Amino acid sequence: MSEYKDEPLRFGGKEFKSRLIVGSSKYPDPAIMQKAWEASGAEMITVAIRRMNLATGGSLLDYIDRDRYTLLPNTAGCYTKEEAIKTSLIAREMGLSEMVKLEVIGDEKTLFPDTTALVEATEVLVKEGFIVLPYTNDDPIIAKKLEDAGAAAVMPLGAPIGSGLGIRNPYNIRIILEMVRVPVIVDAGVGTASDASIAMELGCDGVLMNTGIAGAKDPVTMAFAMRHAVEAGRLAYLAGRIPKKLYASASTPLEGMPELI
Amino acid sequence: MQIRLNGKERDVRDGITVVELLEELKIQPERVAVLVNQEIVKKPSYVSAMLHDGDAVEVLTVMAGGRGEIR
Repeated sequence: MSEYKDEPLRFGGKEFKSRLIVGSSKYPDPAIMQKAWEASGAEMITVAIRRMNLATGGSLLDYIDRDRYTLLPNTAGCYTKEEAIKTSLIAREMGLSEMVKLEVIGDEKTLFPDTTALVEATEVLVKEGFIVLPYTNDDPIIAKKLEDAGAAAVMPLGAPIGSGLGIRNPYNIRIILEMVRVPVIVDAGVGTASDASIAMELGCDGVLMNTGIAGAKDPVTMAFAMRHAVEAGRLAYLAGRIPKKLYASASTPLEGMPELI
Repeated sequence: MQIRLNGKERDVRDGITVVELLEELKIQPERVAVLVNQEIVKKPSYVSAMLHDGDAVEVLTVMAGGRGEIR
């Protein structure tokens, strides 16, 4: 077997072969960003809505091959549900997508989500016909509420945005995986390849990251590493790991051991 | 008359419409979203949406955050 054929990642009536979703910010320059996207194998890129630089008329759209990548507009920088809802409507008006990575930030220092506003914004946007992917805490109760509000997937953080601290509460992520039926995509906190593998080994359906790739010394190589880490973690999850034990158990049977001395 | 365009004062001719403003800025309408006084202007209304003195106009697009800005 040289290749394993996995199920695609499915949500909101869409299918993706890659279980890695990447961002578009903090790259040293656009050329490196494009190479990193390619190396990551990702099919989905999160993008922000901002003022256009009117002197140049430039747009990130100039750098994204939309036949190849699905845009996932986000509501980064929104601190109220009203801002997040309006940003989603703007993204839809631009014809970007019916999908939205919904962020309602509760605090500037931690960038933790305001989960009550998040649930309310999810309800509103689902009624508006959006495919809502909310960025949330690693809180199973909130994850369930988001699912009940109609979220197409839930995206708990592994650790604060941009922190690179990895999956700080794998047990909560496991509980979230048991509590919701929609896909669970870890969003934020991944610092290196093993973090992405851990998320996938837990049984998560995907990983979304930006800084882990864009902030690496060599973003293109890190993107490649993350691609393999997500795939390796996914396969390990599907394969089923051995249980952890305190003592050794010999791999080679003792039966047939000769008398040696 | 004067409008506030992406946070900066700008002189424009009286009665200019959204589509005419975008033409003046050499911006293709399909690449942007436009807000006038915080309200989203729908694409089909660009031709008829007339701006007024003191209007706050936002021309938005898809951008990357952080450093490494798209120009």
